Amino acid sequence: MSTTTTNIDEVKTTPWAGGRSPFSVEYGKMMMWFFLLSDAFTFSSLLISYGALRFSSSAWPAPDIVFKAFPYVSENAPLVFVGLMTFILIMSSVTMVLAVEAGHRNAKKEVVWWMIGTIIGGLMFLGCQALEWTHLHSEGFWWGSVPDIHKLFEFFADPKPSAAVATTYGHQFANLFFTITGFHGFHVFSGVIINIIITINVLKGTYEKRGSYLMVEKVGLYWHFVDLVWVFVFTFFYLV
Amino acid sequence: MSSEPTTHTEHAEEHEGMNKKRIWNVFYVLLGITCVEFVIALYLVPHGIITYHTANPIYVVLTLAKAFYIVGYFMHLKFEKTGLIFAIIVPVLFIIGLILVLTNESHHWIDLRM
Repeated sequence: MSTTTTNIDEVKTTPWAGGRSPFSVEYGKMMMWFFLLSDAFTFSSLLISYGALRFSSSAWPAPDIVFKAFPYVSENAPLVFVGLMTFILIMSSVTMVLAVEAGHRNAKKEVVWWMIGTIIGGLMFLGCQALEWTHLHSEGFWWGSVPDIHKLFEFFADPKPSAAVATTYGHQFANLFFTITGFHGFHVFSGVIINIIITINVLKGTYEKRGSYLMVEKVGLYWHFVDLVWVFVFTFFYLV
Repeated sequence: MSSEPTTHTEHAEEHEGMNKKRIWNVFYVLLGITCVEFVIALYLVPHGIITYHTANPIYVVLTLAKAFYIVGYFMHLKFEKTGLIFAIIVPVLFIIGLILVLTNESHHWIDLRM
């Protein structure tokens, strides 16, 4: 009888016994994960809609023709510019994870330098995207508008579709392209702003006083997610 | 009860596991996969060595591999508690469901549009 009572009264310490996070991550970090999960749903909806519309179309602007320009350098270098953008974003993901790694060692100076590297990478990416948007816009693509029909035919691979088909799917392509890369670019932009705020906090010594650079880790999660989305955008807009 | 100290040391080891060398290794993997994708898109498909019907599934597999490396290593999910890994990965099944539904649906749309 007495043994039963002691068993009940005994304080449980297993991960799911309550009193602490069974996931053993801090609250804010877990919420960042769940926010990213919801964001993944939003991006998936956009990308899957794009996929469904493209699969059900009889013709579609060919990526290696639409994206063949490298601004200021060459008019015929298919996918090279977007390759550069991909490289920049992966590179800034590496500097971000290096900032997190430096944070684990409480190396304030290193965190600052890697964060600045990440911010520069983000700004370079946004610059590239601005150039690409300008280029496509100058050719006549925008939300709800496509180039005149002779120019538009250039963007379709042989055999050329009818004018009606080219106009319809040209419009779908333009709308989806600007919406999805725009939504992603907006995420990159917010990421840069958040990174700047965190870098200022690191410089002010906020996290040094707090004793942990967990905030750097949290914005790192967001930044890697932006990189992750780009990996998918890159595949489904530029390669497929 | 004895699990408490071991998990803590494990966690510490895992943090050290994601050192600079490992970070760069993941970077080279990501760069390598991207280069393979470029070779397929710019050389193999235009020269007719493989068709885009073969290339597209390869792109998807390579993209998922990149996603695994980014989420697993850069976002550190591979080293988190199993509970958290499942909490994040399992809802993604809904996305897969939507992909299957809309892929199937789009095959009907193309018939309607003809």
